[in-house]
Amino acid sequence: MSKTIKLKRGLDIKLQGEAERNIVQAAQAETYAVSPLDFEWVVPKLLVREGDAVMAGSPLMFDKNRPEVLFASPVSGKVSAVVRGEKRKLLNVVIEADARQQYEQFDVKPLDRSTKEDVTEVLLKSGLWPFIIQRPYGIIANPQDTPKAVFISGFDSAPLAPDMNFALKDQSDNIRKGIDVLKKLTSGKVHLGVRANDDGVISMITNAERHVFEGPHPAGNVGVQIHHVDPVNKGETVWTVDIQNVAVIGRLFNNGTVDMTRVVAVTGSEIEKPCYIRAIAGAPLQSVLKGNIKKQAEGDSVRIICGNVLTGRKTSEDGYVGYSTNQITVIPEGDKYEFIGWAMPRFGKFSVSRSYFSWICPNKRYRLDTNLNGGHRPYILTGLFEKYLPMDIYPLYLLKAILAGDIDKMENLGIYEVVEEDFALCEFVDPSKNDIQKTVRDGINLMIKELN
Amino acid sequence: MNGLRKMVDRMKPTFEKGGRLGFLHSTFDAFETFLFVPKDVTRRGTHIRDVNDTKRVMIVVVLALIPAMLFGMYNTGLQHFRAVADVAAQGDLWQCFWYGFIKVLPLILVSYIVGLGVEFISAQIRGHEVNEGYLVSGLLIPLIMPVDVPLWMLAVAVIFAVVIGKEVFGGTGMNIFNPALLARAFVFFAYTPFISGDKVWISGMLKGEAVDGFSGATPLTTATESAMSGALDLGGYSAWDMFVGTIPGSIGETSVIAILLGAALLLFTGVASWRIMTSVFAGGLLIGLLFNAIAAGADPETVNMYMKMPAYYHLLMGGFAFGAVFMATDPVTAAQTNTGKVICGFLIGAIAVMTRIVNPGYPEGMMLAILFMNALAPLVDHYVVAANIRRRNSRLKTVNV
Repeated sequence: MSKTIKLKRGLDIKLQGEAERNIVQAAQAETYAVSPLDFEWVVPKLLVREGDAVMAGSPLMFDKNRPEVLFASPVSGKVSAVVRGEKRKLLNVVIEADARQQYEQFDVKPLDRSTKEDVTEVLLKSGLWPFIIQRPYGIIANPQDTPKAVFISGFDSAPLAPDMNFALKDQSDNIRKGIDVLKKLTSGKVHLGVRANDDGVISMITNAERHVFEGPHPAGNVGVQIHHVDPVNKGETVWTVDIQNVAVIGRLFNNGTVDMTRVVAVTGSEIEKPCYIRAIAGAPLQSVLKGNIKKQAEGDSVRIICGNVLTGRKTSEDGYVGYSTNQITVIPEGDKYEFIGWAMPRFGKFSVSRSYFSWICPNKRYRLDTNLNGGHRPYILTGLFEKYLPMDIYPLYLLKAILAGDIDKMENLGIYEVVEEDFALCEFVDPSKNDIQKTVRDGINLMIKELN
Repeated sequence: MNGLRKMVDRMKPTFEKGGRLGFLHSTFDAFETFLFVPKDVTRRGTHIRDVNDTKRVMIVVVLALIPAMLFGMYNTGLQHFRAVADVAAQGDLWQCFWYGFIKVLPLILVSYIVGLGVEFISAQIRGHEVNEGYLVSGLLIPLIMPVDVPLWMLAVAVIFAVVIGKEVFGGTGMNIFNPALLARAFVFFAYTPFISGDKVWISGMLKGEAVDGFSGATPLTTATESAMSGALDLGGYSAWDMFVGTIPGSIGETSVIAILLGAALLLFTGVASWRIMTSVFAGGLLIGLLFNAIAAGADPETVNMYMKMPAYYHLLMGGFAFGAVFMATDPVTAAQTNTGKVICGFLIGAIAVMTRIVNPGYPEGMMLAILFMNALAPLVDHYVVAANIRRRNSRLKTVNV
C-alpha cells in the first residue's frame, strides 16, 4: 500500500444534478462528428471529402504540424458534411453512420514482442495518438519524444464529475492492457492516481505505479498529481492520458479495432434524470440529452457544457460529444439583472467568502447559473488563489508574468507544470472576475511560440 | 424593481457609444452596476462564478469601519464637552453623538464627493469602469484626520491622494502607497500645524473654546514629552481609557474596542489578512518588550521613561490599532505573498513603536511605518518568490545529478 498524499488546498463545489448510478445505452445516432477543436495547437488538414465512405478507425484528418498524427472516424459510414466557420476554420467533420458498423482492422502484435516504435505506429495509424497529451503545455504528444513518465488520473474530482470506478466497471481488462501499452512508450513508469477510500476496478489495477490522493478538487487533476509525484522540470516531458481513453487504447490492442464507446455522465441542475449514458464519441448531444432537459420558464435558457462547469466547453443542443468528453453538464444561464445583488444576503448562491452565508450549510447542493456576478477589475485581493491551487506555485505572480509576457519569469514560476484546468478554481473564486484560464492558455501558447 | 429596471433600460441607449451622452458611459455604468448586478454571463473559462465581487469586498470593509466611525462621532462630542467643561452634556450620550455627528459628517461628505468626483473623471478619461476602491478610502480618510481640519484642506488632500497616489499608477489595484495614508501624510507635511500639537484633536480648541488650563494633548504626546522628565505622564488617561477610546485623537482611531469589532468582521469574512494583522501587533509588542528590557537594566536616573511604559500600551495608543487593522491590511499595497505579509507586518509594528520611543520629535510612527513598508513590500515579495524559484531550480539540479 503506497502512502496517501493528502491535499488540503482546493474546493468541492456542490451542485445539484449528480448522475444516478445506472448506465443507459444510447441508441445509435444518425450522424457523428469529429471536431479538431477538442485539441489545443492543432492545424487540421482534411483527408476525406464529402461523400467518401469511411470505417470506424479510418483517418479523417491530420495535423499539419505533425502529419503523422491522424484523427480517426469513430463510426463507419459516409462523410456527409464538412462544417467550417469564420475564415474557413474547420469546425466539424460529420459522418452519416451505417446501420451496421464496420471496423478497420489494425495489425496488433503481442505486446511482449513489440517495441516502442511498433506501438507508436499502431497508435498513430489508428488515430488514437491524439489521446496522449504531453506536459508541459497540454498539447498532443510528439511521437518522437520519450517521456520520463506517463500519468493517468484514475478519478475526476470536478463538480458533478462521473465516478470512474462505476463508469468503467466492466473495462478492467482494457485499462490493464492500455497501461501495458503506455509502459512501452516511456523510459520511466506509468503512474496511476487513485482516490483514497475508493474501491472499484481502478483502485484494483496493479500493473501501474499507484498513488493514493485525498482531498478536495483539484486532487483529481493529473497536473496536481504530477506535481506531487514527479514534477515536470524545464526540458522534461511527461505524457498524460485520460482514464477512459486508456480503456479505448486497451481495446484497440485487445481487439485490433477502434471502438470509441465511452460512458458519459449527464449532469447538472437542469437535467430531469441525471444518469450515465454509454455512447460513441462524436454522438450528437440530441441523442444523449433527448428530452432530458428540464422545461424552462419563459425567458430562461440553459447552457449546455461539454465537460464540467469549471473547464468544459460551451456548446449547444446541436453539439456533439467530444473525443475525450466524460461528462455533459446543463445549468441555467444567468443572463438576468439582480437588484443591488452585491449588498444582498444571496442565500441560494455559493461563495467561498464568508461575507455571504454559504459557509453555514457546507453540504447544501446549489443550482448555480452562469452569471459573472460582477464586473472585470484589476487583481485586488491577494492570498486567495493560493488556497485553491495545491502546488508549490505563486499563482498571482505566474499570472502577472504571463500578462507581462516575461518568458524567463514564466519558466521560473512554473508554467511547465500547469495547464488551464489547474487554475479553474482560482478563476471561479476571483472577485475581480478575470479570465484566468484564458490567461494561462495564452501564456502556454506564447511559450510554445517562443521556444520553437 | 421592474419599473426601475425599465427606466434604466430606457436611459441606457443615450449613454452608450454613439448615444447623445455617450461620453458619460463610465459614469452611467457605475450607477447602473451599483443598482443592478449586470446580466453578463461567463464566456470562456469556468461557467459558474463565485458571487463574491469587488463591490462586496469593499462594502464589508466599509461595514467594518462603521463602529469606529460611530464611536468617533460620540467621542468628538465627549472631548469637546470635556474641553468646555460642560458636565451635563458629557454625560448625555445623544448630545455627545449629535455634536460629533454634525462635526464629522461634513468631513465624510467632502471626502466622498471630492474623491469619487476624481475617480469618475479619471474613469471617464480612460473609458474604464469606475472602481469601487474609493468607497473604502473615502471613509478611511476622514477617520484618520483631526476633527477640526478645514474642509478645503481635506479636499486638497483627497485630490492629492487619488490622483498622485492612485490614478497616476493606473487606478485601484495598481497603486504603491495606501491612498488614505497618503492623504494624511499630505496634510501632515503641507499643513503641519493643523495635524499636530495639542489643540487640533478636540473640536473647538483651535478657536479657543476650551476652558483655561485645559490641555488637549493626547496620551501619545504627553508620553513623548515626559520621556526624560523622570515620570511617565499619560495626560491622566488610563490604559482602560485608551482601550475604550475616550481620549483625544484622530476621529476614528481612538477606540480599540470599536476597531477590534471591525477587525473581527474583516478576519471572519477573510477580507483582511490575519497574517498581517497579527504580525503588526506582534511586532509592536515585541519591540515594546525589548525596550522594557533595556530600560530595566539602565540607570534609573537617566532612563527614558517612555521605554519603561508597559509594552501593550503602545498597541492601545494613537493610530496603532487602526493602522494595523485597516491600513496595513490593504491588499493592494501590502505584501502579496504569505511569508511577505508576516515579515512586512512585523516590521510595520516594530518600526512604529521604535519611532515613538527613540524619536522625541515625532510622536506617532504608525503612518510613516506603513507607508515605508508599502514601499518595501515588493522587495520583500521579490525575495520570497526568488526562494520559490530556487526551490524549482534545485529540483532540476537533483534530477540531473
